[in-house]
Amino acid sequence: MKKSQMYMRMIFASLMRRRSRMLVALLSIAIGATILSGLVTVYYDVPRQMGAQFRNYGANLILTGTDGGFSLEDTEKALKVFAKDELVGAAPFRYENIRIHEHPVVAAGTDMEGAKATSPFWRVEGDWCSTDGQIMVGKNVAESFRLKAGEMLTLSFTPENAPKDTPDETIDLEITGILDTGGSEEDYVYLSLHDLETLTGAGDLDVCEVSVSAQSDQLKVYADQIGVTVPAISAHLVKRVTASETTVLSKLQALVLLVTVVVLALTMICVATTMTAVVTERRKEIGLRKAIGASDKSIIGEFLGESMMLGGIGGILGAALGFVFAQQVSVHVFGSSIRFQWLLVPVTILVSIVVTGLSSLLPIRSATEVDPALVLKGE
Amino acid sequence: MSLLELKHIYKIYGELHALDDVSLKVEKGEWVSIMGPSGSGKSTMMNIIGCMDKPSKGEVLLDGVDIAKESAKNLTAIRRDKIGLIFQQFHLVNYLTAVENVMLAQYYHSLPDEKEALEALDRVGLADRANHLPSQLSGGEQQRVCVARALINYPEIILADEPTGNLDEANEEIVVDLFHKLHDEGTTLIVVTHDPEVAEVAQRTLVLRNGRLHKEIVNQNFTGKIHFEDMESFRKEEKGNA
Repeated sequence: MKKSQMYMRMIFASLMRRRSRMLVALLSIAIGATILSGLVTVYYDVPRQMGAQFRNYGANLILTGTDGGFSLEDTEKALKVFAKDELVGAAPFRYENIRIHEHPVVAAGTDMEGAKATSPFWRVEGDWCSTDGQIMVGKNVAESFRLKAGEMLTLSFTPENAPKDTPDETIDLEITGILDTGGSEEDYVYLSLHDLETLTGAGDLDVCEVSVSAQSDQLKVYADQIGVTVPAISAHLVKRVTASETTVLSKLQALVLLVTVVVLALTMICVATTMTAVVTERRKEIGLRKAIGASDKSIIGEFLGESMMLGGIGGILGAALGFVFAQQVSVHVFGSSIRFQWLLVPVTILVSIVVTGLSSLLPIRSATEVDPALVLKGE
Repeated sequence: MSLLELKHIYKIYGELHALDDVSLKVEKGEWVSIMGPSGSGKSTMMNIIGCMDKPSKGEVLLDGVDIAKESAKNLTAIRRDKIGLIFQQFHLVNYLTAVENVMLAQYYHSLPDEKEALEALDRVGLADRANHLPSQLSGGEQQRVCVARALINYPEIILADEPTGNLDEANEEIVVDLFHKLHDEGTTLIVVTHDPEVAEVAQRTLVLRNGRLHKEIVNQNFTGKIHFEDMESFRKEEKGNA
């Protein structure tokens, strides 16, 4: 039999036949690995999670025409640069001056689903528009014209440069909701791009609000890419939003990192204490091994092998349980599920092995200093 | 040249002289008992001969090498290569089976060989208990595993410290019989004991008292279990002292 075979046989025998003792050590390692793996998962997922949360505060990228307006086709091309899972929504806007009861009002044609995604903070009394033929009216407009949800509203439009006596274009739309944002949106009416085109004829978009779940560095990369891919469009970061997002994120990540480091230190102390207890109760065995000719190096190798094996098993458990832990944190704190980080599995196992090995080294080294004659005499 | 020679050995702890100018020789293939009451220096002598301790003064020549001058690392190597230890408390690794305990000594010495370890267990009559854990063995069986472990690497000396101290009479007899076998095969045996019945079967008994070699009893008619005159007188003397 090779020495290595006997070495493995001894380690497995120790782990399997001293199960109750080893379970205590394994539990301490697995708990440490679980918390570490969970916190690191949260640490890496915080930007994504918080990015999604931040998107409730509105668009963080604005597309405008390089030279005046731009087309819907150009917008669609520009939106292709974003990773699918990062693009929360995009709302193209075309503004036209129309009239309600002969009073001028700004009408915004948009994609309602996109607007819902980029401006989730908009409060609508009634319903959002779901099809063509419907309109949402800003609160101020509604008050000025005493409009209510469910009523029909006629918009009229006089084309520029139209000959005199040309009749106004009109369109009748159903009011589905009154828009309450606390901002300038309350002065506008919102309808679909198609209805606006029916009323005013074809025209370019003025702006497109884009909500992307990415940090400012990545947003800058996207903005540059759009500039190259679609020269007609120029992308701008909403600095007020992106800068505050970056600040909050970096502080939150620093906090999670700090907690992770503290937990790592506590885990090492806990594992070292457990391993000290495990090694101390085996002083007699170490004494015996020395008495029958084991060198210190050999004893350290055997005990270290055992503890690293425990570290490995604890790491595997920790990687799995850490994901469950992170998932629970994510669901309860951020209200959404977390992504499984495959890379974290080998990293957790490796860290667990190294931490357990290092924590065990000191008690093992001190245990090899035992005097076999004294230990075997029971002193 | 004697296999083992102690020349004017002292072991001093502060004021206490655990060993006080002890000299002795053990020849190859000899069976020597070391006797004495508690505190007489038996264990100290056992530790020194077993390379687990060094004398304060004097020479300990094992195969011509003065082990008193060797480093701890070299002493470990000498212990591994030349000495087989048998303990009163057996000291088996509790999570290793009988055969694995024997293989442990091979592992540190050279290469583990399960077949050879099983043969050693067979020699001590435990072939059928090879895969039992120490907790599944009786005291006598554990001591026999300890004997098998001690002899597996063919040591120059087998050093037994109170080998029957924890055994009943039947098992004591089995272990003493094993010593006879080992002796017949040419193994050098040094048995530290306070049991006259175990000591008296040796070729020679050294009696220690207060760290000094008090008496040396030679069994002139050594053939096995003989109750010889000197031992009887020693017993009487011990009784008188008690």
